[in-house]
Amino acid sequence: MVSTKSVAKFAVMALVMASMAACTSKPKPVIEPTPAPAPEPAPQPVPQPPVAEAPLPGIVPGSQQDFVVNVGDRVYFDTDSSDIRSDAQGILAAQAAWLVRYPQVNIRIEGNADERGTREYNFALGARRAQAVSDFLAGKGVAASRISTISYGKESPIDNGSGEDAWAKNRNAHTTLTSGAQ
Amino acid sequence: MRLINKMPFSQILAAVTGALLLMCVPAFAPNYAYAQDELTGTVDQGNIQPLPIAIAIGGNDASGGDLGNKISKVVMNDLESSGYFAPINPAAFIQQNPDVSVQPEFAAWKTINAQYLSNGRAFVDSDGRLQVDFRLWDIFSQNQLLGQSLTATPENWRRIAHKIADAIYEKLTGQEGYFDTRIVFVAESGYKTARIKHLAIMDQDGANPSYLPVAGNNTKVMTPRFSADSQEIAYMALTADSARIYIYNLETGRQEAVGQIKGMAFAPRFSPDGSKLAFSVSQGGATNIYVMDLRTRSMTKLTSGGFINTSPSFSADGSTIAFTSDRGGSPQIYLMNASGGNVRRITFGGGSYSTPVFSPKGDQIAFTKQSGGRFSIGVMDAGGGNAKLLTSSYLEEGPTWAPNGRYIMFFRESQGGNPSLWMVEVTGRVERAVPYPGGASDPAWSPRLK
Repeated sequence: MVSTKSVAKFAVMALVMASMAACTSKPKPVIEPTPAPAPEPAPQPVPQPPVAEAPLPGIVPGSQQDFVVNVGDRVYFDTDSSDIRSDAQGILAAQAAWLVRYPQVNIRIEGNADERGTREYNFALGARRAQAVSDFLAGKGVAASRISTISYGKESPIDNGSGEDAWAKNRNAHTTLTSGAQ
Repeated sequence: MRLINKMPFSQILAAVTGALLLMCVPAFAPNYAYAQDELTGTVDQGNIQPLPIAIAIGGNDASGGDLGNKISKVVMNDLESSGYFAPINPAAFIQQNPDVSVQPEFAAWKTINAQYLSNGRAFVDSDGRLQVDFRLWDIFSQNQLLGQSLTATPENWRRIAHKIADAIYEKLTGQEGYFDTRIVFVAESGYKTARIKHLAIMDQDGANPSYLPVAGNNTKVMTPRFSADSQEIAYMALTADSARIYIYNLETGRQEAVGQIKGMAFAPRFSPDGSKLAFSVSQGGATNIYVMDLRTRSMTKLTSGGFINTSPSFSADGSTIAFTSDRGGSPQIYLMNASGGNVRRITFGGGSYSTPVFSPKGDQIAFTKQSGGRFSIGVMDAGGGNAKLLTSSYLEEGPTWAPNGRYIMFFRESQGGNPSLWMVEVTGRVERAVPYPGGASDPAWSPRLK
């Protein structure tokens, strides 16, 4: 990377050289004081092409990475609730479709809670969330025998923070492929 | 003069092994404000003036070390932490090293405003055993209130100090001593997203902390609970695909998983007679309470349905179980018969209530309340009612009773901080941090050691 400073330095030199070149025909060049160069414009973000809908190259279909990247392995819940939110339904439907496509894959659903509850209650709450996801997947054709559930209560947050944003992330159910993935 | 020749030190001290942690910082954090929020009734903040007491135990150990002073410091710290005593700085003493075999110079102690004096002498006898003779004097009446002799192996000098503090506390407050006790807890380290949770044990005052090696070297171990004889603890171990309860015999080091339970098992609690273990099992999204007969290993399901029923705690007579349930729409505390049935709700205030724990005498229930974005530790009558909040903070839970029913230990987490252990008197009057150099949660207060 060329720093702004060295770009500016280069610009100054170029200006000096250009003015010198322009003056070569004159016997006694008058050297004007060089004005300070204008500051470099701040770098503009380069728009990225939209994310491809198709699987990313290099990801093996039926693999853990395929599931995580192309389907989504985590859904989120409201406070003290195990209701499947509307924003989770699409992800879980995609999980179910993927699991139907790869019937040799077994999964474990891990229910998690935020820190705004007691340790023991939150184990029970996480268990209820895991079961809600399990029931949803079973309802979409994934055999119950392929699904195990566990609750980590509030003991395995994905966000170290202690605020609304962190709590929202930490109220989730995570689907782990335990066997059969590519 | 009462003579205690041989203290029957329990073997559990010897049985407990594990990596020694850093010694704790003995200083207590300053008192915090008393409870602000009352549900019903008021917190008794009875402004007790701590009793000025001088502790002057002298004498040396076998190598000439200043053992008497060390014992004095432990006694002073115990008494001070109870909230009932104001130990006098030994630098102010006029009579130095008052001989335990003669009356103290009462005038000299009156001058420094000592209301009581406990003097004594520590020495190692010809058999290599540590002996401490001590007396307790009422300076104003010039009466001897206590005269005892305690003996132990020299490495147990701290327990002798706690026994002295217990004797003084009992004599002057009329309540059972609780200083010769220990705390089993969860030592926490690392970021929240990858936290290590070890089972650990230490003295009530934070001294002698060590890890307890658990089955399978599990690093997510929680909610330890003592049996009534303090020889066993039940705890919960969480792995990637299981949640199980283990019973750990501190004397033998033996540990075994409780039952072949389908589903997650957690929230263990012994019955007062030690014959049963109550706990929760989550299955199919429902969490129900079971009780296991520890002799026959037969399990009985006490609650049913699809709700959450957890955190069972037996009453002192074993007849009743308090527990947390959300069957009414939010977490609240309920009672039921210990054999199941006769379920009745006992909390009705705003917010949610959980982690009920019966007091050792069975007259009160400690609980955690969550309301308005804050957590509190409170107490209420055993049948519900008279609920009082003792403390309040961003996050606190997990109450456990001192064996005399006068103090509650719990854990507290500041926003984004590490958990730490705290204790509060049942009146809300004394609130202090319990020293431990790392993160600590889920305290379980032992019965008095034998």
